[in-house]
Amino acid sequence: MTEFQTVVGLEFHAELKTNTKIFCSCPTTFAGEPNTHVCPVCLGLPGVLPVLNKRAVELAMKAGLALNCQISPFSKFDRKNYFYPDLPKAYQVTQYPLPICKSGYITVPDADGNEKKIRINRIHLEEDAGKLVHSGESISTSNYSLPDYNRAAVPLIEIVSEPDMASADEAKAFGDKLKLILEYAGVSDVKMEQGSLRCDVNISLMPKGSDKLGTKVEIKNLNSFRAMYRAIQFEEDRQRRMIEKGEKLIQETRTWDEGSGRTLSMRSKENDHDYRYFPEPDLVPTVITPEWIEAVRSELPELPDTREQRLKEECGLSDYDCAQIVDTPALAFFFDEVAKLFPDTKIIANWLLGDVSRLMNSAEKEYEQVPIVAEDLVYLLDQAKSGAINNNSAKTVLEEMFTSGKMPAEIISERGFAQISDSAMLEDAVKAVIEANEKAAEDFRTGKQQAMGFLMGQIMKATKGQANPNLVKELLAKMLK
Amino acid sequence: MGITVNDVEYVAKLAKLTISEEEMDGYIKKLSSILDYMQQLQEIDTTGVQPTTHVLPLENVFRADEVRPCLPREKVLTNAPDTEDGYFKVPKIL
Amino acid sequence: MSIYDMTINELQQALTNKTFTSYELTKKYLERIAEIDPIIHAYITITADAALAAAKASDERRANGQLLSDLDGIPMALKDIFCTDGILTTCASKILANFVPPYNATCWQRLADAGAVLLGKCNLDEFAMGSSTENSAFFATRNPFDIERTPGGSSGGSAAAVSADLAAYTLGTDTGGSVRQPAHYCGVVGIKPTYGLISRFGIIPYASSLDQAGVFAKSVYDCATVLEVVSGHDERDSTSTPYPIGDYRGACRRDVKGMKIGMPNEFFEEGIDPRTIEIVNKAAEKFAAAGAEIIEVSLPHTKYALPAYYILACAEASSNLARYDGVRYGVRVDKPSLEEIFCATRSAGFGDEVKRRILLGTYALSSGYYDAYYNKTLQVRTLIKEDYDRVFASGIDCLLTPVTPGPAFKLGEMLDDPLTMYMTDICTVPINIAGLASLVVPFADIEGLPVGVQLIGAPFSEEKLFTAASAVEVPRRLPPDILEQAAEKGVER
Repeated sequence: MTEFQTVVGLEFHAELKTNTKIFCSCPTTFAGEPNTHVCPVCLGLPGVLPVLNKRAVELAMKAGLALNCQISPFSKFDRKNYFYPDLPKAYQVTQYPLPICKSGYITVPDADGNEKKIRINRIHLEEDAGKLVHSGESISTSNYSLPDYNRAAVPLIEIVSEPDMASADEAKAFGDKLKLILEYAGVSDVKMEQGSLRCDVNISLMPKGSDKLGTKVEIKNLNSFRAMYRAIQFEEDRQRRMIEKGEKLIQETRTWDEGSGRTLSMRSKENDHDYRYFPEPDLVPTVITPEWIEAVRSELPELPDTREQRLKEECGLSDYDCAQIVDTPALAFFFDEVAKLFPDTKIIANWLLGDVSRLMNSAEKEYEQVPIVAEDLVYLLDQAKSGAINNNSAKTVLEEMFTSGKMPAEIISERGFAQISDSAMLEDAVKAVIEANEKAAEDFRTGKQQAMGFLMGQIMKATKGQANPNLVKELLAKMLK
Repeated sequence: MGITVNDVEYVAKLAKLTISEEEMDGYIKKLSSILDYMQQLQEIDTTGVQPTTHVLPLENVFRADEVRPCLPREKVLTNAPDTEDGYFKVPKIL
Repeated sequence: MSIYDMTINELQQALTNKTFTSYELTKKYLERIAEIDPIIHAYITITADAALAAAKASDERRANGQLLSDLDGIPMALKDIFCTDGILTTCASKILANFVPPYNATCWQRLADAGAVLLGKCNLDEFAMGSSTENSAFFATRNPFDIERTPGGSSGGSAAAVSADLAAYTLGTDTGGSVRQPAHYCGVVGIKPTYGLISRFGIIPYASSLDQAGVFAKSVYDCATVLEVVSGHDERDSTSTPYPIGDYRGACRRDVKGMKIGMPNEFFEEGIDPRTIEIVNKAAEKFAAAGAEIIEVSLPHTKYALPAYYILACAEASSNLARYDGVRYGVRVDKPSLEEIFCATRSAGFGDEVKRRILLGTYALSSGYYDAYYNKTLQVRTLIKEDYDRVFASGIDCLLTPVTPGPAFKLGEMLDDPLTMYMTDICTVPINIAGLASLVVPFADIEGLPVGVQLIGAPFSEEKLFTAASAVEVPRRLPPDILEQAAEKGVER
């Protein structure tokens, strides 16, 4: 039987993290009452004109640099003409022959764990469409639709990969990596659930070893990478069966149906996708100099691959810890901040991946919203490390920092967590415990180590846990010699 | 180069215009004579000539990324043929 | 002298001297509109109450010594293609018959900020597509010099309003000659400045890469006065000029002596009425007598400008007019599905000429034809522009040409022959294709019908055009009495 090779290409739409829309000064804020983030320009009223948001251009350049693309010295906008009620001007302003970025790549692990380069064909800038609220369950059963243009003309980049992925795993790895890079670069919120990152799949099969691509199917309506993964697997299987049965595949657009876990043929509304692209006369070309590119490059933070390498080499963290930190950009940035003020990166990693993460999880919060500042955490770590407070107290303090927002010093003093490290003060307590527990003291002298634990416990009880345990140990050993 | 009924129907569909059978002849006749006239452009050799998309040689005209007030919603919807709860309203697509 | 025949400058003098107030002046204009416009049909909308209120406010400013500009208190009108906040803006189309914009076009905003008194909105060919104003969805406008003839188009209402003294000045737009041709037919001064000089923001587009607003006035100096107010960079129009505007009024007083005036052979070839050519030659003699040098030049790609214009303009229009889909504004034709609404709304809302141009433009951009039509035309555009660049680089200050082959034609004469109608634009379209400045000044007449000459300048050379135009300007000729014409020709109000 013929073995087949899966060929996958991906297209991503990412909303850029600008304050305003691509061609007007309306806010890009998610949500809001319908049709309240609009003006004559994004409503496409007769007579309005677009003016390009410089930040959108720079974020697209950033995305290009982060994805190893060439930044085009000359790019321009085009109109893509089609009618749909979510498209106010009945054309989308996009970039057709001259996109802002070309020819990039990122690397992902392949099936054998080796690094594989997935090429990026292009990145272009364009405007988003509005949203349609449908009256019924779905677009096919609804009686009417309600356009809301708040999202219309929010800046997007479309990232188009080459068909370089050979499996759902590679596609997922590519998606994860791309999402992470865009997030690090500060280009997009990349929230698939809010639609700030969207993904379409192109998939075909060909006999292994062949270089002739099979009939391509496009899959839309993928709301998560999990859906993308399942859709690719479903489609691989569907296409293989059809080919094996000798049925002819048609080039079509299919939609992912999450409920049934299947892809369904979308009856095309307009079979003729004759978009009549032509240069947008209302916008002038964008010319990007090498100096501008370097200025934008200098704004880029450290990206995931180099960051992971550095954490391994400079901080001596385990592969697992590194990956954990790098996978959450906000955590990684927080790590960097703390590491600037506190030298022991291993301790930082333990705290951030341990208690801090636990507290974030139980509060159901993203790391971006971590309610403590690096300086306060460092103060706490310093106190614990120097022995000024014990480890358990430190954890309690951290918890209270989360809930009350108080400074650690304040919590430590309120709770009386400061350890007694003054041997003169402790000597009295130790003496008193020894006198009250003659039997245990005798046992200790004759070498019964368990007695030490008992005596320690009594001393801690007497000092409400504030005694510095190392000091107590020292004093006991001295006094019971 | 003659324009055919198929051509006119095709572009009418793209442009969301309905051309009735009675109108079709008139459109074909007038469009054909205009297109014939336009054919004279084909006699010029434009090999290697750069297309001019903008007569003014401007580039890099940008706007700062600063929010300005939006249009009040009553003004947004004031010209709308049909609305519901702050939305525009249209019947089912197909 | 009649109050209606006074230039802006003269009106300002009279207002300053308290000969009359802006309120009285505005009332006078409104009275004349009420009397004459039912025959001429220059206006789609008359904003009498707002005009009187604006005039009153102007009088108050004048009394307080707080005049905003030399246009303060002067009654004017706009082609109904400029968006006016809160005032019906139809573009002479059924599809926008109820459209009230929530914002102002930049050039109207600048005039309003200068104290202009808006009398109303003027008729045009639907979406500025036409050369006779007969393509208005509402009514045709008549030429004040012969009410059985067209005022030209597409800004026919704006030209007729100035010609018939229904406004002191007006704004129009010019995509292929729509200011210059009606100025010429109606015997008024009209300027189509360089692409980018006047912001396009708020002007309902026909063809974005060609559209440019222009001014109609009773004298060259008036035209300069208005242009100084409406021109200049606008941050809302990416294609608007970054350069400072010129001293146009100053330029009107400069001497034409030593200027090099080119006459391109290609504008005097077959198809141009010999009487028109004679008139242009007379203008050349006047220039020569004033000390200018007349030089014969050649613009070899001229004949390709008209076909190129129709491809570019229709292609852009097909996209610009796609937004009229009955969803957000405009007149919707109700149907059970949106797809049907799209087709029914657009088919009923647009007139024949608009539909024809949309189809033509859609065709030129459609798959398989883009390279043969649209891209080829963009290349031809380069060649046409290079012709002019070469001539102006050789030291020519401006060109002198006819405006159209002949004087105003009869209403209805060309309605069924779009191609012949298009041919009347043969001398005006190359200027839009090449993005140049151009001004039409009345110079003579053929059988009582006004004939102007066209002056063409390099981009942003408006000052030179004003200098040259002032040198050939003749005293304003008034149209024959409109009411008498109506009585004589049996035209009812």
